Amino acid sequence: MASAVATTASSPQAYLRSLARWKPIEIAFWLATLLPFALVPNYLSLASQIAIAGLFALSLDLILGYAGIVSLGHAAFFGIGAYTAGIISKYGWGEPISGLMASAALAGLVGWTTSFIIARFRHLALIMLTLGFGLLLAELANSMSWLTGGVDGLQGIHTWDLLGLFHFDLYGFTAYAYSLTVLFILFIVARRLINSPFGLALRGIRENWIRMPAIGAPSRAHIRAIYTIAAAMAGTAGALLAQTTETVSLDSLSFERSAELLVMLVLGGAGRLYGGLVGAIIFMVARDQFSGTTPQYWYFWIGVLLVAVVTLLPNGILGGLSNIAARWRKT
Amino acid sequence: MLPPIFGVLFDGFAYGMLLFLLSVGQSVTLGMMNFINLAHCSFAMLGGYVTVLLVNRYGWPFFAALPIAFLAAALASVAFERTLYRRLYRASDLDQVLLTIGITFISVAAAAYIFTTAQQPLQLPAYLRGSLSFMGLDFAVYRLILIGIALAITALLVACLEYTRFGAKIRAAVDNERMARGLGIDVDRAFALTFALGSGLAGLGGALAIEIVGLDPSFAFTYLVYVLIVVSVGGLGSIGGSFAAAAVLGISDIAGKYYVPQLGAFLIYLVMVGLLMWRPAGLFGKR
Amino acid sequence: MTRPALLTRGLSKSFGSLVVARDIAISLPVGARYALIGPNGAGKTTLINLMTGMLAPDAGRIFLGDDDITNFDPRERVRRGLARTFQINTLFPGLTPLEAVTLAVCERRGISREFWRNIASHREAIDEAHDILSRLRLAEECYRPTRELPYGRQRLLEIALALATRPKVLLLDEPAAGVPPEESGEIFEVVAGLSDDLTLLFIEHDMHVVFRFASHIIVLVGGAIYTEGTPAEISAHPGVREVYLGTRRHG
Ligand SMILES: Nc1ncnc2c1ncn2[C@@H]1O[C@H](COP(=O)(O)OP(=O)(O)OP(=O)(O)O)[C@@H](O)[C@H]1O
Ligand SMILES: [Mg+2]
Repeated sequence: MASAVATTASSPQAYLRSLARWKPIEIAFWLATLLPFALVPNYLSLASQIAIAGLFALSLDLILGYAGIVSLGHAAFFGIGAYTAGIISKYGWGEPISGLMASAALAGLVGWTTSFIIARFRHLALIMLTLGFGLLLAELANSMSWLTGGVDGLQGIHTWDLLGLFHFDLYGFTAYAYSLTVLFILFIVARRLINSPFGLALRGIRENWIRMPAIGAPSRAHIRAIYTIAAAMAGTAGALLAQTTETVSLDSLSFERSAELLVMLVLGGAGRLYGGLVGAIIFMVARDQFSGTTPQYWYFWIGVLLVAVVTLLPNGILGGLSNIAARWRKT
Repeated sequence: MLPPIFGVLFDGFAYGMLLFLLSVGQSVTLGMMNFINLAHCSFAMLGGYVTVLLVNRYGWPFFAALPIAFLAAALASVAFERTLYRRLYRASDLDQVLLTIGITFISVAAAAYIFTTAQQPLQLPAYLRGSLSFMGLDFAVYRLILIGIALAITALLVACLEYTRFGAKIRAAVDNERMARGLGIDVDRAFALTFALGSGLAGLGGALAIEIVGLDPSFAFTYLVYVLIVVSVGGLGSIGGSFAAAAVLGISDIAGKYYVPQLGAFLIYLVMVGLLMWRPAGLFGKR
Repeated sequence: MTRPALLTRGLSKSFGSLVVARDIAISLPVGARYALIGPNGAGKTTLINLMTGMLAPDAGRIFLGDDDITNFDPRERVRRGLARTFQINTLFPGLTPLEAVTLAVCERRGISREFWRNIASHREAIDEAHDILSRLRLAEECYRPTRELPYGRQRLLEIALALATRPKVLLLDEPAAGVPPEESGEIFEVVAGLSDDLTLLFIEHDMHVVFRFASHIIVLVGGAIYTEGTPAEISAHPGVREVYLGTRRHG
């Protein structure tokens, strides 16, 4: 695939540029995200939740797929964002966009603070630390029930009309439009970031952590930066969920949430911009179909999916598809 | 008269011994192969359910069910090791984490399917439910027995590790896997055996845990966290470290719940994160 | 008197009871072509690890030009012009050589934190990377993922990555390790063709190569400098024949 491009590219610069160019299928993908408005107007709430899950998965992809940092506690930032947006709204300020920004800022701040620790560790210690942070925060939210509502969830959220014009309707029309717009904007940010020198450095960290200092690269500073960005992005996703559903529950912070997120990402394909989005679509639609009757058995299928992805589909669905495409092109 | 703090210490220590049984296998296998097995407590849970089945349904005596719990967990772990785990020994952390989380999810759902999500009661004979009075404090017989079993197993493990050939192989593999391979030690086989043994002990722990903490499908996740704390605080591959860490964790958890119940498990997680940051190789770890 | 490009004084290191570096004093003059030889396990790689900061010495000091770099982290040493290659390929398997070398160039130029502009718009960095790859005869393969490159090419990429940091002193750890003898010549020709301003220290086991490309040879045995001198002196040294050339012949 790459060599085919290389023969047509006139210079190394043109070659690198060609890698970052918008492809027709990408444009088709984003146009297709508008289809639910016309085709399945009864499912716009689901579509909105898919967009939010996609944003959340994209944020994990930045640290896990690109920089190779395994996190078992990414839901912490999602939860911080959700509770921040919810609490701001509950106490009288229901304006969605400023609420979103405040949530992103707080999640980013917490991400930045913890990133100093995260960047120092790898492997098992890192996995346990992220897990520990996630549990710590969930436990904190649980014990601060005067603020968070504890196990009953945060009640009394009211989101004002978007831009003062669009009411958040029962059908989820505004909700989906809002979530999709935010997703698209942040996707563009992520896309630019991935194709920048910084994005290249992140891939370098993923590919070989040991070599980085030997080429003079400040890996830890890079990790701190991307961890902060990913935290803010996850916080945005959490805030979107709080604002569009007008509830926040403890499980927005839970380990299960972090694990589900991993499933979505690896199912779609980590380290690919669309991996998280595709994974989120498949995962959320499947959950909507299967979990209605018996939510606990849903985890059975998640488990099966995980085992299957690891043993049969190491690069996720998108990885598998691109392998097939490459083979098909060769013959 | 002993002040109530001794009661808390006693309960905490018994709880710690439970945590030790649950985690010692994880500590040694992690130390050997660096394989991150988040499904460890699923094997413990299996031991628990096997015991419930044997005792409640088939009327086995509790102590006869314990060895079966051990065996069931050990055999199940071998089956998984042979078919799934060994393919991922050299895979990335992420793959190991995903696979074993997947197995845990499956086990939790399977347990919920077969046994429902309700707590499983265990019908213990009356003599196990009683307690001994000593200087004005009551010591539960069951906890005394639990402590006795755990201490006996610790002694056995330490003796095995120090004085047998197999133990020497394991120590070499934990110390330096590559070197051990270089010396002609079949690390993979030693690992498979250790893995089975460790999972068996977890199964035994699961069986003994029912009376203390109850048993429902969430066991596999709830106690995974405790196991990880014990392992990370105690240091990989260190039996003494796991023992000390488990005892400290058990006592502080019970004491925390007794004296500051509103904090819940928060304190424990805080201690875990703090310790990990301070000494990522664990308090007693060498690496 | 001009200062040496790299100087170590009293460098020592032990792993437990195993002493791997014993009071090492080395001085590399600017533009030198030095070879470091010694039997397996002599501590050659360890010495490079000490000099580049990947290991902390138990004692001793390291100077790069005028600066005492003993307490600097590896990255800071690279920024000041001390680069290395690895005995075992330590590359970026999923990146193409062009991307990998561009990454190293971007880091040196201080634009690696730039997260908004496309990498392709950093023309000079890309051209510089491509230039380095061309000099190392990798231009044709620079669009393939590194993991797909033939082994010998990967060894060259090791050097390309180090060169992208624009080193003053370059430490090459067995640049032709594992490469069949007929191809190793190509690698050393590339090494020999590097700029004269660059100070070079290379580890190599093949004595033909060492005698051909080195102006000065340091012999390391059991973590200590056994002797050093010109190729002629070393080849005439009876002890070297015994401890080094001798073991090679038997091994
Ligand atoms: N991190 C370490 N911990 C313990 N021992 C080590 C470590 N690194 C190297 N050693 C030991 O130090 C000694 C020197 O190793 P080193 O890699 O420097 O040798 P070398 O001269 O480069 O050998 P070779 O020619 O095989 O590359 C060896 O005995 C090795 O086993
Ligand atoms: Mg070496």
